[in-house]
This record gives sequence, structure tokens and C-alpha cells, in this order.
Amino acid sequence: MAPGAASKETAVSKAPSPEKASWFLVSPLVLVLGVFLVLPILTIVTVSFWDYNEYNFFPAFILENYSYLLTSQVTLATYLKTFKFMALTWVFCAVIGFTVAYFLAFHVRSLPMQVVLFLICTVPFWTSNIIRMISWIPFLGRNGIANSTLISAGVIDEPLEWLLFSDFAVVLAFVHLYCLFMVVPIFNTMMRIDRSLIEAARDAGASGFQILTNVIIPLTKPGIMIGSIFVVTLVMGDFITVRFMSGGQSASVGRVISNEIALLQYPAAAASAVVLLITVLIMIGIMMRFVDIRKEL
Amino acid sequence: MEPRSRSFYVLAGVFGLFVLFLYGPILTIGVLSFQGPGGGLTFPMNGVSLHWFFDLFEQQAVGDIWGSFRRSFALGLMVMVVTVVVSVMGGLAFRRRFRGSTALFYLIVASLIIPSILISLGVGLIFNILDFDVHWSTSGFGAQLTWTLPFGLLIMFAVFNRFDKSYEEAARDLGASSWQTIRHVVLPIIAPSLIGVALFGFTLSYDEFARTLLTAGSHNTLPLEIVGMTTNVTSPVLYALGTLTTVFSFLMIGSFLLLVIFLKRRRAGAGSDAGKGMV
Repeated sequence: MAPGAASKETAVSKAPSPEKASWFLVSPLVLVLGVFLVLPILTIVTVSFWDYNEYNFFPAFILENYSYLLTSQVTLATYLKTFKFMALTWVFCAVIGFTVAYFLAFHVRSLPMQVVLFLICTVPFWTSNIIRMISWIPFLGRNGIANSTLISAGVIDEPLEWLLFSDFAVVLAFVHLYCLFMVVPIFNTMMRIDRSLIEAARDAGASGFQILTNVIIPLTKPGIMIGSIFVVTLVMGDFITVRFMSGGQSASVGRVISNEIALLQYPAAAASAVVLLITVLIMIGIMMRFVDIRKEL
Repeated sequence: MEPRSRSFYVLAGVFGLFVLFLYGPILTIGVLSFQGPGGGLTFPMNGVSLHWFFDLFEQQAVGDIWGSFRRSFALGLMVMVVTVVVSVMGGLAFRRRFRGSTALFYLIVASLIIPSILISLGVGLIFNILDFDVHWSTSGFGAQLTWTLPFGLLIMFAVFNRFDKSYEEAARDLGASSWQTIRHVVLPIIAPSLIGVALFGFTLSYDEFARTLLTAGSHNTLPLEIVGMTTNVTSPVLYALGTLTTVFSFLMIGSFLLLVIFLKRRRAGAGSDAGKGMV
């Protein structure tokens, strides 16, 4: 096509306004998120006020689903348990994630090496979570590697029963699955720290530890926050890890919902889901105060 | 270069342990899936055999493993294509502000952080109320997109934030229409990142469990099939399946990464035609 001035003119006049073009470009996105995100949430909120019997659920406006949920001791206990899982997972993920990202960003010196090591950390993220949970069985089981090693080393006489199918196993699996969500954003933030700031700190006489606490950690906060948002929401909504790794013994908010679904108590499940959503949103609202996500991309 | 400090070696050790923590368990079940016919779920190995792999091919009582694999594979490809296309379009749109862009941005973030079980429940409820049958290729497909699209879009946002706009200006100055600019300038430049988006789209869909749980219908995807197996299968056949599907994931990841390297190499080779005169 000859880039003649005339054809360019017509192209300009024919072109839709930028606003319209943008709307055209995001229309499939709006469609998907509208139908499969917004509409489901609205449906859940609606159904949470519906009534149900053993076989069916039907339109109504009752508050029993909520009043039962919010006055039940079980709800409180379940939330406390889930918060415990969340807090423990968060602490371990934050410490491990920060350490690994710090090593990659500041101690590995060549970019290709950084990329390779970073990919090694990321690959498990692209494999199956279920399989990664199953893969702890031979390690933690009654006759597993951990127990036989400890027995042959003479540390214990009897196999430890709390390794697999316990709260310990749940937290271990969470850390194993979700650590990556901490490593990646922290690493991303660290790579953007201007290295001259660290030089300046060193020139001003700061020790390595002082540089870490006074320069690197404050500048890494956004990454830590984004990682925390991931870990918190993933743990709060989880139901399969808790079910599988605790051997069905521990409760969590997600498991309660999935049990209610299994019993076809959809309105009850919807009410639990709304409460969970509000809880998660409050937590994220607090964490978002510390970070502007749009700036971190 | 200054010599390595002591903290480097400590941290390198920690990193090594972390990698062992990440890969150790999966390697263990890789080894144990070659367990002899009489062997159990833990060490010691009771001989070495391919027994459990053969079992996987023969035993159909457990469920429809190969059917579920085919469905997961097809679904993964569908999700991958849609994720790439929608993410690129979204990425292009978000380069300038438009009415509703902030709200839409927060909707994308919400899609990422909303507990998966809510999507599963909500989509399941809609289909239930409307009396539609849930099916992996409709409800399951849409539910998975709410998980893969945010990743694709966030990658595209990051890519376009670092995109040098002078290439586009140059194309426009040479008379390219906006479609030509995108087709011949923008897309080739962001091609390696698109492979990355495709990798996310495929693998996240292939392994997705929570959002597909209530939305896949009577024909299971592979992760759902595996979860079903964990409740009633207690032989190393579970490990054999785990090993196979993980090897498959590694092969997919490997080919995507090789494709990225190939694209980057080709570009480095054919990047500049400066000084070669009119082409």
C-alpha cells in the first residue's frame, strides 16, 4: 500500500475514536469477567438469602442462613483455624520468599544465571498442585523417609504420627505450594531497586545488615505486600489442601463451603461464601493501603 | 569483581535447600512409581518394574484417565488461545486510560484474588438455576478463564509498560495503518512474551482444580480425576499417573521456553538491517 497522504487522511477519518477502540479491545474481557466473575458473585449473594430443603433450593428472602452461620461456635472455630493456617503459612512464605529473592537479586551476579535460577523456582508453579501434595506421602508417611531417617539416626524410637495427615502437613504443603507467589513479586521489586542506593549506603558506612534493614527491606515492601495478598487469599479460600493433607481431620472455611456444596445446601454454602468473600476483601483492603499495584507492573 | 562474601555461601546453601524442598518430593514419587508389583506407597523399593505404568494403561475400573487427559489437553489449548488473544487486546487497550479503565483494572485483580471456590459455586449455581448442564467446555472453560486471564493481562501490562513507543511512531510515520502497526511492528516485538502468556494459559488450565470442581459436569478433567483417585486408590499407580502428568507438564514448559529462546535468537540474528540499503 502506497503511503499516500490522501489514503492516510481517510484512514484517520475512518478510524474510531480512541475511546471506542479501547472499548472494542476490552469487550471480550468484559464479557468473560461479566459472565464468569460478576454474575456468579451476584448469584451467590442472591442465593445466600434463599431457602432450601433436603432436595432443592428455591427463591425466598430469609436471613436464617446468615443468622445460623454467624451465631455458630463452629464458624468461629473454623475461622480461627483458618487464620492460624494463614498466619503460619504467611510467616514461612515471607521469610523463605524474601531470602530466596534476596539471594537471586543481590548475590547472583550475571543476568543469564539469574534467569535460569529464577526459572528453576518457577517451573513447579506450572505443574499440578494435587500431584505436588501427593508427593509428600512417601516423605512424611508412617514408614516414610523422614521417620526412617530419624529412627536410624536414633533421634526417635517410634515413628512420628503427626507428620502426615496433620496441621503440620497442611502448613508444610501450603508453604510448598505458595512460596513461589512470594518469591516472584519480591524478586521483581528487588530487581528494580537502584543499585546506586546500596552503594551510597555502603559509602556512608552502613554494614551489610544495616543496608538490608534500612534500604532493601523498606524498598521491597510493595513486593512483600503483593506476595502476601496472594498467600492470604490462596490459603483463605483453600479447601483441597486442608482436606488432603489433614486426612480430612482439620476444618477450614473453604472446606465448610465445599462440604455444604456436597450436601447440596447451596444457600448455606452461598452465605458462607459471602462471609468468606467479605473477610478476604477486608484483609486485602488493608494490605492494598500499603501498595499501589498499578505502579508495580 | 570483589570476592564472594561469606553470606553468599550461606544464602547459596539456603537456596539449594529451597530447590530441594521444591523438587525433592516430586522426584521421590518419580522413583517410587517404578516400584515393583508388590511394593507400597513408601520406601523401600520392592524391586524395580514398569508394573504401575502398565496398570495405568489397562485398569479402567478407576475411571476414565485417558478420556480425562484428552479433555484437559483440549481445554488447556482452548483456554490458552483465548487467554493470549484477550490478553493482547486488553493490553493494547490499557495503554491509554479510557472510561471505566480503573474499574476494569480492579475487576481483573479481583478475578485473581477471589477464592476459587466462589467462582466454582457461583457458575455452578447460575447453570443450575437456568437449568443448563454444566460441561467442561462451557462452564468449566469460562470458570478457568477467570483464573488465566488476570495472569495474561498482568504480563501484558508489564510488557507494554516497558514497550518503546518510538517503534510504533516510526511505523506510523512511514504510513502504516493502526492494524498494520500492530500486525507488523507491535506483535513481532512482543512475541516472546506472548509465548509466556500461552504457557500460563495452558498450564494453569491443565492443572486447574478448584474452579473446575462444580463446573466440569459429568466428564472429569484430569486433576478432578486424580483427586477422585486419591480417595480410593492406595497403590503406586497414583504415583505413576503423577509422574506421567508431571513429565508431560515439564515437556510442555520446556517446549514453550525453547520457543521463546528460538524467537529471541532469530530476532538477534535478523534484528538490524542497518547499512544494507533499501530492502
